[in-house]
Amino acid sequence: MSQPAVIDQQPAPVDEPEYKKINYLNADRGVLSWLLTLDHKRIAVMYLASVLLFFLVGGIFAMVIRLELTTPEPTFVSANTYNRAFTLHGVIMIFLFMIPAIPGIFGNFFLPLMLGAKDVAFPRLNLLSLYVFWAGALLAVTAMATGGLDTGWTFYAPYSTTTPATTFPALLGVFIIGFSSILTGLNFIVTIHSMRAPGITWMRIPLFLWAIYATSIIQVLATPVVGLAALLVGIERIGGFGLFDPGRGGDPILFQHLFWFYSHPAVYIMILPSMGVISEVIAAMSRKNVFGYKMVAYSSLGIAFVGFFAWGHHMFVTGQSTLDNGAFAVISMLIGVFTAIKVFNWIGTLYRGSIAVKTPLLYACGFLFFVVFGGMTGIAVATVSLDVHWHDTYFVVAHFHFIMVGGVIMGFLAGLHYWFPKMFGRTYHEGWGMTAAAFIILGFNATFIPQFLAGNSGMPRRYYMYPERFTALNVASTAGSSLLAFGFIIILVYLVFALVRGKVAGSNPWGSRGYEWATSSPPIKENFEVTPVITQDPHSYQEPGEEVENVIV
Amino acid sequence: MSSSSAAAEHGHGHGDQPSHLAHHFETIEQQDHAIRLGMWLFLATEVLLFAGIFCGYAVYRHIYHQTFHELSHHALDLTLGTINTIVLISSSFTVVWALHAARENKRGLSAGLLIFTILCACGFLVIKGFEYHHKFETGELPGMWFHPTGEAAEFAQLPGANMFFSIYFLATGLHAFHVIIGMSLLTWVLVRTLKGHFSPSYYVPVELGGLYWHLVDLVWIFLFPLLYLI
Repeated sequence: MSQPAVIDQQPAPVDEPEYKKINYLNADRGVLSWLLTLDHKRIAVMYLASVLLFFLVGGIFAMVIRLELTTPEPTFVSANTYNRAFTLHGVIMIFLFMIPAIPGIFGNFFLPLMLGAKDVAFPRLNLLSLYVFWAGALLAVTAMATGGLDTGWTFYAPYSTTTPATTFPALLGVFIIGFSSILTGLNFIVTIHSMRAPGITWMRIPLFLWAIYATSIIQVLATPVVGLAALLVGIERIGGFGLFDPGRGGDPILFQHLFWFYSHPAVYIMILPSMGVISEVIAAMSRKNVFGYKMVAYSSLGIAFVGFFAWGHHMFVTGQSTLDNGAFAVISMLIGVFTAIKVFNWIGTLYRGSIAVKTPLLYACGFLFFVVFGGMTGIAVATVSLDVHWHDTYFVVAHFHFIMVGGVIMGFLAGLHYWFPKMFGRTYHEGWGMTAAAFIILGFNATFIPQFLAGNSGMPRRYYMYPERFTALNVASTAGSSLLAFGFIIILVYLVFALVRGKVAGSNPWGSRGYEWATSSPPIKENFEVTPVITQDPHSYQEPGEEVENVIV
Repeated sequence: MSSSSAAAEHGHGHGDQPSHLAHHFETIEQQDHAIRLGMWLFLATEVLLFAGIFCGYAVYRHIYHQTFHELSHHALDLTLGTINTIVLISSSFTVVWALHAARENKRGLSAGLLIFTILCACGFLVIKGFEYHHKFETGELPGMWFHPTGEAAEFAQLPGANMFFSIYFLATGLHAFHVIIGMSLLTWVLVRTLKGHFSPSYYVPVELGGLYWHLVDLVWIFLFPLLYLI
């Protein structure tokens, strides 16, 4: 019997990077071996493919919106098509890209690897959640494309209960996607509780997993409520129960409460995993112990907890009582405190680190900028008196694109570039990586900073036509979005090239001390040759008593 | 731990490892722990699902306080509701007993108690069916089918009467759906019990079926007073 591998040494320097000949990608062959696989890594790769496809579709609709808005008058689509385009953009980007992206791809791939486990706790449930995701996505997208759903992603009643567009199948699709999200979250929580390798105590769980853990709690506890809300709107359309119809004695505000009880925490389902990726990337790229590990870990749980009690800030202008408004405003600002704790700790990690300026780090820096800027405007819109002015304007659109979309895209791309060598065993071209990062970060700013300005001067969101004085800002925004799109095309090209022809990466090209780098690249089907025993803290770049400056990796 | 990892590496069903140990778990305790935790989390999602309905109830109870008070006393059959409550609580008792019997390796007793539990569930649905049937006759149905006749028409004049029946049918309908799921789960457990899959060292599925059944019971224990008593 072989001794368990002990990970307490720095990885031995590898002269010739090795590409593991037999790995999870080619251990079994054929389409069926993929479709029926229980391997979390293959499920992650299938999530990657599907989520990228939906990101492309959602992005195309984003470009339709931006092109339409280049002139104040109708440009190239009808008003009806425009309404459908922003609904498709919102629903696809939120439910099919931002929510499943990081947990579905990197969560699935790295959660067992970072725990030294062979798989997640319930592999069959994991595959089921992918199929449920596909089924729900297929239903929702077809229903929206053919039925012309025009409610926006919020499905607000009573418009959603009365619009002539086909609504029920799309709602059912969202309901089904919710199941997938619940099953994934449940699986991850159980895995973290019960599958940790010997030596991984709770205070040795990598920070990415703390973030995934907090995310999963929200997925499990909040998703059923939006499922119910979607179901009630469907029942309302079929049976005319009148629950949300003031004409029949119902209360449309109830829908908003049920909807935002999920959909506000849902923004933390999107941003928390991204924060987890950034913690990993910053630690690896600054070659330094994470500053304030416990604070970063606990602040993830803090965001998850407080996030449940902040939903009312979406409803400041619905006639909510002043007391409620005040309470929701204060609770919302608390989120800023937890986020700031993370930001300070990340900067503390970078400080006097041995920083390697690589593509993942560029995205991490972009993340810091978007989260600070988007977070500050978040504090601003959480202030009741200011929000009354900004409510339903482009200021809010720009705010949530900065914090949520900017945050998720930065985290997703940082993770994709950081873990690409581990997932596929090859490296991409660093120069092109940095070029694309520059396009994306600059393009993102160019797209949404004009929207802050337009919103602040009163341009309402979701409008098809606008006063002529907003033309310059809208043209600037559309120009920025084309930079953004160009950046994504560059990434697509060099990553596909890297998949086929990229240089062999070796097991640990970044010199990272994360547990997942201890196995080969790509990992073997069973993850580790033998169950690892962990004797070091996560993200530990120094020996006890050693000065940080002297660490050379 | 190295011995168990070695055993798990050679796959399940090997040596002294029980056949129901999946390959990615090290020990049967670890697997049981994971499965139990998973079930509790799933029950949490069910609680949150019903919480939405209870929220709706609270809102409309608050708006139409008097109507809800009148209708809960006059429109619903307290006797049938009480019988159903007793039926469900008894079935919860027998399902725990069935688990206890499975642990003690009394397969026959366990199967008999599971059958009794499933019969209780059927009884609950039949009684609920009678109650629904009565509502069909009086026209006290939710939404577009709300056309009360006879005595019921008098109460229908109260503001928000249709809301009461919307909530009543949503809540009890969703609950009845869960009763059916619970019955199917318990039937699956019963079949496995009869096949002799369970032993004092392996009875987790019985426990999970029982847990789910308790949740169904618990939801009803909240629904009954809210809809029939207050």
